[in-house]
Amino acid sequence: MSDTAQRTPTTAGGPPGGPPGNGAAGRLRDVGVFLMRQREATIFAVAVLLTLYFGLVNSVGRAAFWSKADLINLSQFWAPIIIIALCEVLLLICGEIDLSVGYTLAFTPFLMYFLVVDYSVPGVLAIILCLVFGVAVGWFNAFLTVTLRLPSFITTLGTGFILAGLILTTNSGEQATIPPQVLGIGHWIGSYAWAEITWAVILTALFHVLLRRTRWGLHTIAVGGNALGAAEAGVNVARIKYGNFMITGLLGSFVGLQIAFQTSIADTYSGLAGFQPMFYAVAAAVIGGTAMLGGSGTIIGAFLGAYVLSVLEDGFAVVGVSAYPLTIFYGGAIIIAMILNVQFARLRREGRVR
Amino acid sequence: MTAATPGSTTEDVLRAEHISKRFGAVTALVDVNLRLAKGEVLALLGDNGAGKSTLLKILCGFQPPDTGRILLNGQEVTLKSVDQARSLGIDVVYQDLALINQLSVYHNMFLNRERVRWPLLSNKTMRRLAKQYLDEMGVNIPSVDVDVAALSGGQRQAIAVARSVFTDAKILLLDEPLAAMGAKEAALILDLVRDLKRKGDVSVIIIAHNYAQVLEICDRVNLIQQGKITFDKPAKDTSLQELNEIVIEEYRRALQERQKAAS
Repeated sequence: MSDTAQRTPTTAGGPPGGPPGNGAAGRLRDVGVFLMRQREATIFAVAVLLTLYFGLVNSVGRAAFWSKADLINLSQFWAPIIIIALCEVLLLICGEIDLSVGYTLAFTPFLMYFLVVDYSVPGVLAIILCLVFGVAVGWFNAFLTVTLRLPSFITTLGTGFILAGLILTTNSGEQATIPPQVLGIGHWIGSYAWAEITWAVILTALFHVLLRRTRWGLHTIAVGGNALGAAEAGVNVARIKYGNFMITGLLGSFVGLQIAFQTSIADTYSGLAGFQPMFYAVAAAVIGGTAMLGGSGTIIGAFLGAYVLSVLEDGFAVVGVSAYPLTIFYGGAIIIAMILNVQFARLRREGRVR
Repeated sequence: MTAATPGSTTEDVLRAEHISKRFGAVTALVDVNLRLAKGEVLALLGDNGAGKSTLLKILCGFQPPDTGRILLNGQEVTLKSVDQARSLGIDVVYQDLALINQLSVYHNMFLNRERVRWPLLSNKTMRRLAKQYLDEMGVNIPSVDVDVAALSGGQRQAIAVARSVFTDAKILLLDEPLAAMGAKEAALILDLVRDLKRKGDVSVIIIAHNYAQVLEICDRVNLIQQGKITFDKPAKDTSLQELNEIVIEEYRRALQERQKAAS
């Protein structure tokens, strides 16, 4: 508080921001402030540059990048990351994380398989039950985290391991084939080539409005920014956290169904591969400008962050270079984004940007 | 009705009678009687650990007393929660301010009382009302759009007080409103309380352990020592010197008792 208490209040109507910079260093700082003021602008610029490189500049990529097959490929890699990332953004903003969502995703197709094949449940009902299962996992995570007051990093790690083991135990480590009874509805969920990205775009728009323009979003930010203060103002902190965990479970299940319909199998994600979708999603959220400190984050940023991860993955394949160094780029992007986030938070505290 | 405190009248908006509170072996409050008249500014002074905070938490509905009762405009009420107390017009402005740094001034002003045109927030309406209200109260900030993180300590406190009054609080409990504040910052808050006093429909209890500045604006002073209200005088009948002497005397007595116990 002492750093702000000393500041003299700026006059009303005055331009925000510090004094104009002098010389090159000052200009550089102004550019930095400008970029950080538009938090999504940085990641948008990176996304455009990568698209230009793989889609226009690189002679090998140029031919393949815009082909329908490759665009579908890109979108199918991109869409699941987007949807999981949207949920993680909400959780990160309210000060939590869900590490288990990848295994909610992985377990759901098996549940659908058991329901339809072993218990002869009708397709639509089976899918609804699968989504209910996702919500239940979210509720369980919230119960451990909010009601029993355990850190979500631990509770959801535990839930993730349990689900990983359940997948292998219930089907003896075998993959399952998606039964024909559900393929009709599956078309709308994930087997149509553009289904996943369409859902992802719609959900991005919905979540953006949810976060920026509704009470739920405002309270999510309030809970993550100052849980005690929010509670004192009468915000039901537990309800917000329960809700966001349950949304995450729901969409985790949904993405699990999408991938299963698209690939026609329920994959076991053995060897802890089920944590991967979650890691990609958290990476997308962070690259997009969501801090892990709670209280701030952006949906559009996560959407673009997921694109950057996808276009790198796809671009490397299209250009035909070795994919070995790929994660070096991912790691670099995460770290740079985090540095920008922290600097942004500092400038914001000082009232220079908002 | 027993005449619990000297000079009580039916004009009292808030009365607390025979309030006691224990936490295990620790006695926090013993038979405390407190009253607050309409439009009055009461200073509740006392050292750390004297029982100020416990009394505050009882008055704002955060925790129930073990014994005693609370009367609001002459009606006995049971304060079950902070929310319920607030709905009855009792609001507390905490030391930590309960502001959300990451939200704008107007979102903070309306937190949990948002104007909504379902399903969306009516940001325009909230922004306009917040600005209008802060102007009326004479709270000067650069813009209602800035995050509260960008405001100074005094401005933040002013926003917190304004928020409470804004949401129809009739009894305002200010918890250490001047703690860790410079002279200029403190003046901002004192002016705000003076304004409230002039308008006359809000009653204020200021909880403080540093009473020099508080004495300037309050109508009456209550001193709380070891869980008891030991002093109740109009502010004009007491002085900084008198209060100082009482507190120092208490300190000496406690010291002597400790020395006696040790020897």
